[in-house]
Amino acid sequence: MAELSVETSFASEVVDRSRALKRFAFTDAFFRSLTRICAISVLVILGAIMFSLVEGSWLALSTFKLDFVTTEAWNPVTVKFGAISPIYGTVVTSFLAMLIAVPLGLGIAIFLTELCPPLLRRPLGIAIELLAGIPSIIYGIWGLFIFAPFLQSHVQPFLIESFANVPVLNSVFAGPPYGIGILTASLILVIMILPFIVAITRDVFETVPTVLRESAYGLGCTTWEVTRNVVLPFTRVGVIGGCMLALGRALGETMAITFVIGNAHRISESILAPGTTISATIANEFAEAVGDVYFSALIALGLILFFITFIVLAIARYMLLRLERQAGN
Amino acid sequence: MATDVRNMRLYRRRSVRNRVYMGLSIAAAGIGLGWLAIILGTLVVKGVVGLNLAVFTEMTPPPQAAGGLANAIVGSLIMTGLAVLIGTPIGTLAGTYMAEYGRYDKLTPVIRFINDILLSAPSIVIGLFIYEVLVTRMGHFSGLAGAVALAVIVLPVVVRTTEDMLLLVPNTLREAAAALGTPTWHIVAKVGYRAARAGIITGVLLAVARVTGETAPLLFTALNNQFWSTNLNAPMPSLPVVIFQFALSPYENWRELAWTGALLITLAVLSLSVLARVLSSKSGGER
Repeated sequence: MAELSVETSFASEVVDRSRALKRFAFTDAFFRSLTRICAISVLVILGAIMFSLVEGSWLALSTFKLDFVTTEAWNPVTVKFGAISPIYGTVVTSFLAMLIAVPLGLGIAIFLTELCPPLLRRPLGIAIELLAGIPSIIYGIWGLFIFAPFLQSHVQPFLIESFANVPVLNSVFAGPPYGIGILTASLILVIMILPFIVAITRDVFETVPTVLRESAYGLGCTTWEVTRNVVLPFTRVGVIGGCMLALGRALGETMAITFVIGNAHRISESILAPGTTISATIANEFAEAVGDVYFSALIALGLILFFITFIVLAIARYMLLRLERQAGN
Repeated sequence: MATDVRNMRLYRRRSVRNRVYMGLSIAAAGIGLGWLAIILGTLVVKGVVGLNLAVFTEMTPPPQAAGGLANAIVGSLIMTGLAVLIGTPIGTLAGTYMAEYGRYDKLTPVIRFINDILLSAPSIVIGLFIYEVLVTRMGHFSGLAGAVALAVIVLPVVVRTTEDMLLLVPNTLREAAAALGTPTWHIVAKVGYRAARAGIITGVLLAVARVTGETAPLLFTALNNQFWSTNLNAPMPSLPVVIFQFALSPYENWRELAWTGALLITLAVLSLSVLARVLSSKSGGER
């Protein structure tokens, strides 16, 4: 009797265990496929973004064909849309911004890694990282109310006057000082992407093995020579990757620029003149757009922006990935 | 003798060059940090003027009238909260797949790459996408569409941090659990998540900080609303969009409120980032 009960309890335990194992296997498979679906959803979202942009812009692209990216006219009344001036504005503002922000950012990163007293290094680094998170609308509102009037009354008249007699440059700095315009937008972009560039290049600089740096110092190199001949060559890929990442940000930046660009659909030689960028055009006009073609043209702008930033970001990520592998080895 | 002189000259040239470049570097730091300090200083000075209780209790006013930002603040909170509710579970699970189940899967690097691109994709494009997918289908702007647009921004941030944090969990812990016969999902939940908890929460906080100031994707999804509205099926006001609208207006009181709103957003974002930093440094200490 006693034996039997032991046997049955043993048997029921075996059954229990196999049932439990089966349950585990089931939940495990379920959880696994759940996480897999979620992971794949990331791909699906990107695909859906592309698909919906292409679908939305189809009307405009099929109406204007290549004219869309080669003409300047942007006229909702006559329903003629050419995207060259916003594309030009996006490229020029980002280019000017990078021109200033990259040397400035590298300078700050060098200061933080090589020159800064250790006591200040951490707080300054943290401050820079925090500033990278400040929303762009803050920079926009500051640019509109403080920076643009300042440029208009102090800097732009000076630029116009001093380059008035220099060939080429007099048309680059021509016209009345509006305050808002391409130059102002570029400068606001500089201050926006600066924390990014500093944060990334500083991280990248810190991947340089101390041994390399110290052996160069040991040979009698000056700080500049160490930076120029050891740190920069070692981190080149990462620095370029970081700058491309910042460029991607600059190209897609919307709010800060919308405030200060002036939203004028024309290409002027002067960088003091108002212009527009892809993102500013969309932000300014989308809610008020009337008519299918107008809508579609704005979405086509979005598609072009997405395409450009996708390429820039893909290159940036690829380069940073290469650096990671190098550091891993 | 001659070589000595030459060496001295070379040495002097090198040290001068060094001083020039280091001077430039210090100047760059001065300019950059000074510039950022000026922006923050102006923001505080301009924003504090309009900061009073009415900002939190009254609705956005018509031009030339007194009022506050209460409806915009609540709208922002609702949409951000909903975005986190949608984005966090999906993001955490996706990150889990990449770090735990699919660590050696060929799909994982692809997802990581695409996710990184999504992470820095222009937010206005995400706004256009949600407009196409939700707003045109529903036929009107809505708070729900705004929240979904923000969720698309939250998602890649959470995916990235979850994966990073789970990868930091030592494999020996997993192996120890597996040796006890623990099923994989149990290992993930009881070992992986527990060890990476602080890091994952940090990621969510950073995501919240990121969407708090997002304006572009809300412009044509949630639009704006002058009145108190908690209806997710109707246009919903949000702090950034109200700032955008008010700052570009010619009315003095609107502009003042825009500055105050900007200060509030900045404070919110900064305190979230500081909180995230404190959390992650704490979890770093435990490790």
